[in-house]
Amino acid sequence: MQAMALRRLKGRLLPAIAMAVALAATTLAGCSQESGTPTLTWFINPDNGGQEQFAQKCAAESGGAYQVQIETLPNDATAQREQLVRRLAAKDSSIDLMSLDVIYTAEFANAGFLLGYSPQEAADLTDGMLDAPIETAKWKDTLYAVPFKSNAQLLWFRKSLAKKAGVDPTSDTFTWDDMQKAAVEEKKTISEQGARYEGLMVWVNALILSGGGEILSNPEAGRDAVPSMASEAGTKAADIISTLANSTAAPADLSVAQEEQARAVFQSGDGMFMLNWPYVLAAARGAVEDGTLDQSVVDDIGFARYPRVFPDTPSRPPLGGVNLAIGAFSKYPDLAKQLVDCASTPDNGTQYMLDEGEPSVYASSYDNPEVRDAYPNADLIRQSINDAGPRPITPYYVDVAGSIINTWHPPGAVNENTPAQTDEFMSAVLQGRRLL
Amino acid sequence: MSTATNEPEVVVSERVKGERRLGLWLTAPSFLMMILVTAYPLGYAVVLSLYNYRLTDPGGREFVGLNNYWVILRDAVWWNDFMTTLVITVVTVAIELVVGFIFAYVMLRIIRGRGPLRTAILIPYGIVTVVSAFIWRYAFALDSGFVNQWFGLTDFNWFGDRWSALFVICLSEIWKTTPFISLLLLAGLVQVPEDMQEAAKVDGATAWQRLVKVTLPNMKAAIMVALLFRTLDAWRIFDNPFVMTRGANNTETISFLAYRQNVTLVNLGMGSAISVLLFLSVVAIAWVFVKGFKTDLSQVRGD
Repeated sequence: MQAMALRRLKGRLLPAIAMAVALAATTLAGCSQESGTPTLTWFINPDNGGQEQFAQKCAAESGGAYQVQIETLPNDATAQREQLVRRLAAKDSSIDLMSLDVIYTAEFANAGFLLGYSPQEAADLTDGMLDAPIETAKWKDTLYAVPFKSNAQLLWFRKSLAKKAGVDPTSDTFTWDDMQKAAVEEKKTISEQGARYEGLMVWVNALILSGGGEILSNPEAGRDAVPSMASEAGTKAADIISTLANSTAAPADLSVAQEEQARAVFQSGDGMFMLNWPYVLAAARGAVEDGTLDQSVVDDIGFARYPRVFPDTPSRPPLGGVNLAIGAFSKYPDLAKQLVDCASTPDNGTQYMLDEGEPSVYASSYDNPEVRDAYPNADLIRQSINDAGPRPITPYYVDVAGSIINTWHPPGAVNENTPAQTDEFMSAVLQGRRLL
Repeated sequence: MSTATNEPEVVVSERVKGERRLGLWLTAPSFLMMILVTAYPLGYAVVLSLYNYRLTDPGGREFVGLNNYWVILRDAVWWNDFMTTLVITVVTVAIELVVGFIFAYVMLRIIRGRGPLRTAILIPYGIVTVVSAFIWRYAFALDSGFVNQWFGLTDFNWFGDRWSALFVICLSEIWKTTPFISLLLLAGLVQVPEDMQEAAKVDGATAWQRLVKVTLPNMKAAIMVALLFRTLDAWRIFDNPFVMTRGANNTETISFLAYRQNVTLVNLGMGSAISVLLFLSVVAIAWVFVKGFKTDLSQVRGD
């Protein structure tokens, strides 16, 4: 009944609003529709021009089939999502293509904001890509986006200190406990992202997946999903975080540290280990060029796969990245598919990795000699991305992540009851019984 | 204007009736416009607040009656934000009233340099709230701020703790809106009859007595109106916490909570319920002022 009343209300008002919008549109559209060529609008996350370059190249190669206009979204993923959700909820037909953070693909797909691909198209488009990124682009077994760039956290360490402590972080069975012990022994630190933001979620998620657990047992159930943090893996994850945070191995700024603060501590005299994205190596080299860091520090940096939680279970490194998705309300879905096809080639993946420092989703990129030259850890990154553990693929990701960030911050206050508390809080939030 | 509805019944002539009717007709267009612009969104928010509805999960939309209100009013997050808003409102309005009165008095009494002084007092009010929030944020920031340098607080993080962050938020709010309150009070001060002051002086009243017994009672209406406007304004504070802390460290206000539920979580049901509660609290404040303290909105114009 309420819904009917609502619909009736809308019925009367919508024509009036539509008219006002149409009037505004006719005055505005005059400039963009001069030529007959359809213009595709691609909403990108800010980069150094790499995506725009692909867009113009593809437009030129299309032989006049389409032009591409680039719209740049805000810097952080949350703000990008806010803007896209608002537009797509209003069925904005000007969003032909968007660069979407991996964590939001499921939400957008479930809301009907994205154009899905047929199994055949999906197989063609993702041919040669690494496994984990493809997972993030799927919702209920349908591909809704095409992985464009990826990322995986690695374990970074100071070679000299590891040698002194007598540990080998590159060993297959190196665990968080080994790392903790070595750092305490050497009176050095382990840098992590412990601030109250998405990075904390990345950490908790990686620990739980690496321990063989899951944050949600049935993420596809949306708001009826059952949190499953209270498990052996959850308890161990809480133990690892609280042990680190309450030991001498915790950097002083752990509870407010994001990626860059973690890097600063690792590069300083206190640093021994760090969990961070591959950009840190290039950033350290940049710091040497700028004269703010000594070359000997860079030479001392080693890298290894994300440490294990239990010695007998392989780790699931944290996964990042961006997928290309086509807006469900686009006026030119076929042209947009052409653009995606053209922009997401292996060659582009390789080039983006070289130009923008963002790892490729294609396995073959890592065999490219130039890539191997620029990334001494190319094989490690490829393997880490392939085996990475995505954050929960659920339409309620924002609630899930928010519940975890709320209950696991500050890291020093985490204890063995935290996972069970998170389960309870998360399911109350999902079902609308608590405010986030 | 003809707001004298609860005056004792007097014989109303045809002419007065006609004037009243004319008044209604003249205000009708703007009244209708108000209804259109404000009543529709309000009604829509009330309807939405009865649903469990996510913008990104249209299929999961379900009618839940008053459950959203029930959840909110039992939730610690709401009461925490309610307290934060209350603290900000009480502190800023109280300080602004005193400082604003001093400013108004100075603006009234000063002879030389009246123009520059009035301009100086009014400038903050002309600055956009977001801009003023940024000014104060940068002033107190750890890396670029001058405040820590001035007072020798080397690495005190003002925004790292609830109360110090609220202190900066209140300070910014006071700096920005005291001019508004002092303008309203100046209007009231001007109305205090000069001969009454002189009579009191002749009777030997001290300056303090004249202030408390003559000036303040005579400008009660102006004070109440200023308080009403500022309280309503402060109760809906959003920009300062948003710019300065993003709601971290327990500095989230009710408006901010509504924003977060509606915009970030696109939880339209819960967000609308919070917005409706915010609206009801605003109505309650206005009601207390108008009925409880008998604030007559028409008096400030000196009718």
